[in-house]
Amino acid sequence: MSELVSIGEKFEPRIVAFFCNWCTYLAADLAGTSRIKYAPNTRVIRVMCSGRVDPQFVLEAFARGADGVLIGGCHPGDCHYQEGNYKALRRFYLLKKMVREMGIEDERLRLEWISAAEGDRVRVVVNDMVEKIRALGPLRLKPPAEPVAEEVTAA
Amino acid sequence: MSDMNGGGVRIGVYVCYCGANIGAIVDCKAVAEYAAGLPGVAVSRDYKYMCSDPGQDLIRQDVAEFGLNRIVVASCSPHLHEHTFRTAAEKAGLNPYFMQMVNIREHNSWVHEDRQRATLKAQDMVRAAVRRVARHRPLAKSSLPINPAVLVVGGGIAGIHAALTLANAGKKVYLVEKQPSIGGHMAMFDKTFPTLDCAACILTPKMSSVKAHPNITLWANSEVTKVDGYVGNFSVQVTRWPRFIDENLCSGCLECVEACVYKEPKFADEFNLGLGKRKPIYIPFPQAVPQVPMIDPETCIQFKSGKCKKTCLAACGDRKAINFQQKEEIEEVQVGAIVLATGFKPFDPARTPYYGYGQYPNVYTSLEIERLVNASGPTAGEVILRDGRKPQSVGIIHCVGSRDEGTNRWCSRVCCMYSLKLAHLLKEHTEAEVFNFYIDMRTPGKGFEEFYQKLLNEGVHFIRGRVAEVTDWALDPTEENKLVLRVEDTLLGVVRRIPVDMVVLSVGIEPQPDADDVRRMFNISCASEGFFLERHPKLAPVSTFTDGIFLAGCCQGPRDIPDTVAQAGAAAAEALALIDAGSVEVEPNTAYVKEEDCSGCRTCVSMCPYGAVIFDAATNRAHIQEVLCKGCGTCVAACPTGSIQQHLFEDDEIFEEIEGVLAHV
Repeated sequence: MSELVSIGEKFEPRIVAFFCNWCTYLAADLAGTSRIKYAPNTRVIRVMCSGRVDPQFVLEAFARGADGVLIGGCHPGDCHYQEGNYKALRRFYLLKKMVREMGIEDERLRLEWISAAEGDRVRVVVNDMVEKIRALGPLRLKPPAEPVAEEVTAA
Repeated sequence: MSDMNGGGVRIGVYVCYCGANIGAIVDCKAVAEYAAGLPGVAVSRDYKYMCSDPGQDLIRQDVAEFGLNRIVVASCSPHLHEHTFRTAAEKAGLNPYFMQMVNIREHNSWVHEDRQRATLKAQDMVRAAVRRVARHRPLAKSSLPINPAVLVVGGGIAGIHAALTLANAGKKVYLVEKQPSIGGHMAMFDKTFPTLDCAACILTPKMSSVKAHPNITLWANSEVTKVDGYVGNFSVQVTRWPRFIDENLCSGCLECVEACVYKEPKFADEFNLGLGKRKPIYIPFPQAVPQVPMIDPETCIQFKSGKCKKTCLAACGDRKAINFQQKEEIEEVQVGAIVLATGFKPFDPARTPYYGYGQYPNVYTSLEIERLVNASGPTAGEVILRDGRKPQSVGIIHCVGSRDEGTNRWCSRVCCMYSLKLAHLLKEHTEAEVFNFYIDMRTPGKGFEEFYQKLLNEGVHFIRGRVAEVTDWALDPTEENKLVLRVEDTLLGVVRRIPVDMVVLSVGIEPQPDADDVRRMFNISCASEGFFLERHPKLAPVSTFTDGIFLAGCCQGPRDIPDTVAQAGAAAAEALALIDAGSVEVEPNTAYVKEEDCSGCRTCVSMCPYGAVIFDAATNRAHIQEVLCKGCGTCVAACPTGSIQQHLFEDDEIFEEIEGVLAHV
C-alpha cells in the first residue's frame, strides 16, 4: 500500500466494498441515476447477498492493500434471502474482533444496511468512511515500531 | 493469468461512452488502452453505445476475427444490460456466462466529478473484471416450469382491470381484497375527470364481471398472510376474515339488514367516511361486490351481550347464511405470477392542523365531498354543511399533503384535476362561489387543459398561493360565521383574507400504511417515499426486482384512473408473457458441494433458510438440492473447508476481483 502514497500527496484510501445485489448495489445504482456525488475511493464487488461475504474476502482485501472494507446489505428483516444479512452480521462481529487483534482500526471495517431506496446513504457512508480512514492514514499491517527503528539506524 | 486456463483465454474488452454519460467523466479511450495491456486481453475497444446493434455486432465480429472466448463490457449497471450482453456473447457463439459487466456509469461517471480519479477507478474495475472473467466456467442455462395461475392483490380499479384481462386470456386468477367489497377508491368517487363520466357507471359493470367470471376466484374481506416460493412457483396463503355471513349461502336479498333490531342506521358508515350511518349488519354500498352483507361485531348486540332478538336470523330463514360463530378461513394457492395493486391512502389532514380539519366542522376532505355530491351518498347528492346550511361560497385548497416540505414532497398528480372537477360539481349542485387556491395548475393529460379552460369560463375563481391557515376569527362583519382563508395571492402580491362557508382540502396520495409489511411479505422494495419500487422507471415500469411480481396502480406512485388502467393492463400483459412462455430462465447461481472436500461438519445445513442443504448420513457429506437453492451463497461463505461453491460467484472469481481492484498499475 504505502508505495502508492508518495510524500506530500494527499492520501487516498482504497476501499473494497462488497454490496449485495438487491439492496446496497441497487442503492449505489440509484445514487448514480440521481447523480449524487461521492468520493471515488470505493471499488464495488457485487455478491448476491451480504451473507455470501466470506471473512476470507475481507482479510484478503486487507492483505492486498485495501485501507478499508465496506460490506453493504439489506436492512434487518428485508433480506432478499430471508436472513442472509443476519448471518453476515454474526460473522461481522467475530471478524471485527479478529481484525482488531491484528491492529486494524474499527473505522476500516464497516457493515452497513442500505436499502435500494437509500441512494443518498451510499454517499453519506462512503464519504464518512473515506474521511475517517484518511485521518487514520494508510493501513500498515506490520507493527510500525520496527521499520521506524530501522530507518533511524539507517540515518 | 491466462495460463491459469490452459493459456486459452482470449478476452475482448469493450468500454462504452454511453454518449456523454460515461465519456464526459471517464476517459474511455484511456481505459480501453489500459485494458489492452492486461494479460489475456486480445482486443480492447472503446465505442459510443455498446448496447446498440452496431455495438453488439462489434462483439460478434471480434469473436469471429480474434477468436475471443471471454467478454468484458464496461458500461452501465448489470441490472440494466447484463442480459443484453450475455445474449450478445451467446449470439457470437460463446457461453453467455463468459461475459462480465463493469458498472462504470451508475457507480462511476454519474457519481464522480474528478476525471482523473474516475478514470483510475474505471481502470481498476476493468482490471478486476478481466481477471475475474478468465475464471468463468461455462454454465448451462437453467429454467423452471411456470404455474399458469395468477394472484392479484387489491380489488380497486387496477386489480379489477388486471384480473379481468388475465381471466379473459384464459388464466386462473385469485383476486384478494382487504375490504368487504371490491371497487377501491374509485367506487367512492362521484364523477371522473375530465369527461365527467359517472364513476359508478363505468366501474360497477367491471365489478360484476369479476364476480361472474368463471376464471376468477374473488376473496373479499381477505388478506394475503404468507408468500413463499419464487417466480413461476409461488405458494400463497390467504386469510379470509369472518364477515359472519356465509358467502355461498347468502342470496344478497338484504332482508337481514332490513330486519335488524336497529330500525334506523345508527353507526358511522365507513364507506361514506362517517358522513352517513349504517346498521351493525350492513352492505358497504349498494353496488358492492360480492353482494353479501356483513356484521360488525363491535356494534352488533348479539356479539356485545349475546342477548339480541336476532331478527336477522329469522329474516334469513331457511337459507341459514348468518353464522355468528364464523371463524377466519385459510386458503392456500399456487400461482406463477403476482400482480400487486394495493392502492393508496389519502393524506390525513390532521397533519396540517393549520387548515382546521377536525376543528371546524365545515372543513372537508376532497373524498368527503365526493360522497356528498354523490346521488347515492349520505345526503342523496345534496351538498349541505354539517349545520344543515347550503354553502354559498367554497374554498378549495390544493396540494394538502403534496409538494410540501413539511408533509410529502411529491406531487400527487390527481389533485389539480379532481379539484377542478369538484369545483364544477359544487357549483352545479349549489351555485356557490368557488375559489381554488393553487400553487401551480398541473393539467397535463388528454382533455385536461380544456377542462381547466371550461372552469375558467364557468366563473370559478383561481387564486395562486399556498393557503397559510383557515380560521373562524372574524376581523369584520363580512367574516362573521365564516371560515376565513388567509393566503398570499402571489399574482397580485398581496395577502388576502377570503371568507367562505365551506373549505375543501384536496388531499394528496400516500403509500398504504402497511406498504412496508406488504413489501416484506412479497420480497420487493419501496422507493424512499414508501411506494413500491419498479424495476426500471422506463424500461420495466410494472416489474419489480423480484421476478414474477408486477405492480399496478397507485401502490407504485400517484396516478389517475386512465393511467392506472393502462398500467394494470401492462402488468397483466407482463404476467401473461411470463406464464405463456411455459418456463422461465433463472440465474444459474446455485451452490454446489465438492463432495471430495466435504468434511461432513453440517455448518452449511443450518445456514440455508430454504432447506436446500441436506446432510447425507450414509456418505457423511452435505448435498444441495438445486431446485430449492435460491443462490444467496450464505452456505458457501460459511463452509470451513471451502467445499461449497456457487456458480457465477465462485471463491476464485471473487478473489480475482479483490486482487484485481487492488493491483497497482
